[in-house]
Amino acid sequence: MTLKLYNYTLSGNCYKVRLLLDFLKLDYKLVPVNFYPGREHEQTDFKKINPLGQLPVLEDGKLRLRETQAILCYLAKEYDPSATWLPKDTDKFAQTMMWLAFTNQEMLAVSSAAWFHHPLTEPSTSKSNKMVNIACAALTILDDHLAERAIMGCPWMVGKQPTIADIACFPDSALSSRVGLGHENFPYLRNWMRGFRRLSGFSTMPGIPEFA
Amino acid sequence: MQMTDNIALNQWLPIAYPGQVRPRSDYETILLGQRVSLQLDDHGKVSGHLISDDGSRGDAIPIVEKFSTLFSTLGDHPRPLPEIPEFEEDDRRIINCGSFKVRTSPCRIVENFLDMAHFSFVHTDILGSVERPEVLSYRTEHHQDVDEIWATDCQFFQPTASASAADSGTGLITRYTYRILSPFSVMLYKSALHFGDRLDAICLFIQPRSATDCFCFMPMAILDDVSTTTEIIDFQQSIFVQDSIILENQRPRLLPLTPSTETPTRADLSSIAYRRWLKSSGLRFGLWQSDTS
Repeated sequence: MTLKLYNYTLSGNCYKVRLLLDFLKLDYKLVPVNFYPGREHEQTDFKKINPLGQLPVLEDGKLRLRETQAILCYLAKEYDPSATWLPKDTDKFAQTMMWLAFTNQEMLAVSSAAWFHHPLTEPSTSKSNKMVNIACAALTILDDHLAERAIMGCPWMVGKQPTIADIACFPDSALSSRVGLGHENFPYLRNWMRGFRRLSGFSTMPGIPEFA
Repeated sequence: MQMTDNIALNQWLPIAYPGQVRPRSDYETILLGQRVSLQLDDHGKVSGHLISDDGSRGDAIPIVEKFSTLFSTLGDHPRPLPEIPEFEEDDRRIINCGSFKVRTSPCRIVENFLDMAHFSFVHTDILGSVERPEVLSYRTEHHQDVDEIWATDCQFFQPTASASAADSGTGLITRYTYRILSPFSVMLYKSALHFGDRLDAICLFIQPRSATDCFCFMPMAILDDVSTTTEIIDFQQSIFVQDSIILENQRPRLLPLTPSTETPTRADLSSIAYRRWLKSSGLRFGLWQSDTS
């Protein structure tokens, strides 16, 4: 059964799923969705696939999943026999879930702010300034956590191996310079991203700068 | 801020793509520092107006739809829009990729579009390969009848030249011709896979909101009976955001014209011709004025 990902190349959430598929060396088919300028995700045909009109959507046989975090958990649980991407150990599992929630709350400010500044859309200045402040606070929390981890000799967010928490935090961290948040103020975040880029199967997303 | 550069004012500039202006809702944007709004009427016709300083609707501005793009001008005697006959050919697919924001001078964006030397490093494994980065000798000429600069006999080795070339696997020498259509617009012709001598036509029309903040429109007249429209758009958008990172890092953001400021090489022949042509045009908008700053 082939895995099928409804995809828009420039979406950070689609990129998270592509990263995990590649890290797990899985075969999959990309179904490109004309998110911009076509707004295909808002149209009836796509809403039959996801009534929320959002990307990504993953299909595996009869299973159809929306929501990035659910897709990451599913792929890791189903296709990672080593169980490192989604740890089985109760503490590590709980911490992975905690950081996944962080990407859907605090870190969301980074992607929202980055999106406003993204070349695809018109910025709304006052709103995006507020978002940049929230984004900066979120990146500081992440940088502090990674500093603590580095002192303990662990380069990853949870445990000794990279998990889906690392994947979920990577795109927004890498895109933060788009909102004027360069990585010079987040040295541990920068080191962590360097290590992340060296993982076997990694490929970048267009729009992510090599250095920021 | 009122902009007074007559060369910049007397251009047709892209302002929206079809479908961007929605019914019963003004689309607001900025053209050369001037706030403008567009409206869609019940018959599907788009009209445009200046927005006055107090926020009220001001004078009407002309709107023309061509090359799957809406254009307007703030000048009384605009330079005519270019002739691009490929957009009239029945078997071509006319595709618009939306608009992309880039925070730099429109002239920097034109120059990047003309440049082949960055293919191997910015679009690695797509439009160029680090093993074969050489820009072979090409020519530039001034077409005086239409006052356009052309770069001809360009060729470059490309691993994945287009969406339709994605499955060919081996890469190929792609032939290019560039046309500088106006100070803020440029296009290229490049070999279309499976269509003999015929060439894809890809345009870049730039809407300068200010001298260092632009929206870019990329309508294309493509020969491709393999790829879906979504695949073609996806390919083009991915290339464009790779360029935008490089463009936004160039300093100064305004384009300098004095030859001593940025040293060109043989591969920059088209850039040299563009800069000379800009200098002779008298344009100042979007350019770095070293003598006055």
